[in-house]
Amino acid sequence: MEELIRFDHVSKHYQMGDTLVKAADDISLTVERGEFVAIVGKSGSGKSTCMNIIGCLDVPTSGEYYLGGQAVSQMNKNKLAEIRNRMLGFIFQQYNLLPKLSVLENVEVPLMYAGMDRIARRRRALEVLETVGLADKTRNLPSQLSGGQQQRVSIARALAGSPAVILADEPTGALDSRTSREVLEMLQDLHDQGNTVVLITHDNSIAVTAERIVRLEDGRVVYDGSSDDPAAVVTHDEPLVRRSRRKGGTPA
Amino acid sequence: MNIIESFQMAWRSVFSNKMRSFLTMLGIIIGIAAVMVIVGLGNGMERYMTDQFRSVGTNILTVNVYGRGSTRSIDDEWMYQLAADHPDLLDQVTPMVNIYVPAKIGTENLTRTTLGGVSESYLTKVRSFTVAQGRELQYIDIAQRLKVCVIGAYVAQVYFPNGAVGETIRIGGNKYTVVGVMAQSGEKLEEGGEDDMIYVPYTTAARLTGAALNQYAVTVVDESRASEAKKLIETELEEVFGSDGAYYVQSMSEMLDAMTGMINVLITILAAIAAISLVVGGIGIMNIMLVSVTERTREIGIRKALGAKERTIMGQFVIEAAVTSAIGGVIGILVGYGLSMIATQLIVVLMQENMSVTPSNASIAMAFGVSAFIGILFGFLPARKAARLNPIDALRYE
Repeated sequence: MEELIRFDHVSKHYQMGDTLVKAADDISLTVERGEFVAIVGKSGSGKSTCMNIIGCLDVPTSGEYYLGGQAVSQMNKNKLAEIRNRMLGFIFQQYNLLPKLSVLENVEVPLMYAGMDRIARRRRALEVLETVGLADKTRNLPSQLSGGQQQRVSIARALAGSPAVILADEPTGALDSRTSREVLEMLQDLHDQGNTVVLITHDNSIAVTAERIVRLEDGRVVYDGSSDDPAAVVTHDEPLVRRSRRKGGTPA
Repeated sequence: MNIIESFQMAWRSVFSNKMRSFLTMLGIIIGIAAVMVIVGLGNGMERYMTDQFRSVGTNILTVNVYGRGSTRSIDDEWMYQLAADHPDLLDQVTPMVNIYVPAKIGTENLTRTTLGGVSESYLTKVRSFTVAQGRELQYIDIAQRLKVCVIGAYVAQVYFPNGAVGETIRIGGNKYTVVGVMAQSGEKLEEGGEDDMIYVPYTTAARLTGAALNQYAVTVVDESRASEAKKLIETELEEVFGSDGAYYVQSMSEMLDAMTGMINVLITILAAIAAISLVVGGIGIMNIMLVSVTERTREIGIRKALGAKERTIMGQFVIEAAVTSAIGGVIGILVGYGLSMIATQLIVVLMQENMSVTPSNASIAMAFGVSAFIGILFGFLPARKAARLNPIDALRYE
């Protein structure tokens, strides 16, 4: 299998006043093409930092992150934007659709930044909207859709550019359990079709959808293996005080 | 994403919030309209002035001789000789005699009628009249001091509707025979207007008034050399009188230049003041754009996550500011046109003058350019702020 994501002793340290916050602390892991990985952890565990680094929204302070064989740490902002556009598909908890654009136009946005011409863009957007079962809602504004439908639009948007990695950040966080299941099934389908899916969540019951779980605590990997292993869902309880202090300093 | 799509995007964004966009544009609209009306007013005034002067003749020099004692003086012969000596500069010469007693037709006094004595060349050669009936004053009339006169179209129409030639007009107790009627020259026939006039031979007039000849009208061959001609006459008169207080030479074109120069300075100052509101309008745009960037932080974050580069975001906001400003500019131009037309009508109604407020195309093009430029200038700062937002923070922004 081909290696797609590689964290090579990746650390992200912030200076918050006098304290050094280690949001990610010497993380090494690899994700191969076609895998379905869940990165699990509580608030403050460093999973958001990991996601930002995987998503090329942030660069590590030390160590190296390779995406599709390219070292990302030394890239400038323009190059990062290009990588995000070409290699990554984001699915957010809050859907993050542009409220004034129609469903179709929302899906077209990443294609537009990729420089695709209007006609090809429209065709591709319609195609992916068809896949998520929203071909009849293309003219609607996001606000006219239900939460589940909006999340499907955002999945379509993530898929539109045929990215190497689909990065889902708490994709079910704002949905009820039934629509959550739908969305997770959709991610499962994407995985079955050969896509690489990285799911970020705090919720074990959601994480088990993935075939592999990476558990983070205090910025370190405490478990990395199959989601079938009972150890995957064991959490080491932390004192509440420590957690709340971290919450202020690092991205949750 | 190409430039056309960027403009479409900006256009939509501007129109999705019409009220705010309009208020943002208001400063630009007012500024552009104000500059246009003021420049238009200036153009109108200048044209009005030029027309007024031209109807008198911008190629005319008026020479007033006050004299110095009784020994040194000049007469009409001297002036004719001067013109004859300088045919490259000076063309026609006529003494001008003002007659202050009113002319009388029947029992009616023509108090507002222009009444004077001139030479044979005056009306058709110095002024631009043409003969409608009869003839112009001729050399023989001057030489023999005949009691004849030519009249303007207004006098002819009002007092001699059945033909004026051969009729008589009384001036200072003497009867003058009308020998010619001039064609209409002014825009309309009115009392005290251009066509309300009676002219007699200057020799006859001088005898009537008993005064010495002290005013001459001299035309120049080439209007652009009016100043040169003026200098020549002044030099010659200086030689005769040895003092520059004994005469005065007035050049219509010089006066016109001075007047239009003054108007232009005035208009430039007013336009500059109006232009301040353009700057204020620009600051308004910057203000709203800054608010808009803050409001749209999340949108910017999303766009960045989806692959928008800094310069793409920057371009989006600059173009949006420029489009807002340019739409304001177009509305301002329309408003400016409207106000100019209203102002033209008001001047006609209130001041009875035919002066049109006409904004020049150059001023319109400049106003539009300035408004677009202001948009870009004042959109730059908010756009840079948007472009530099950290995508992680922007995505989390509520």
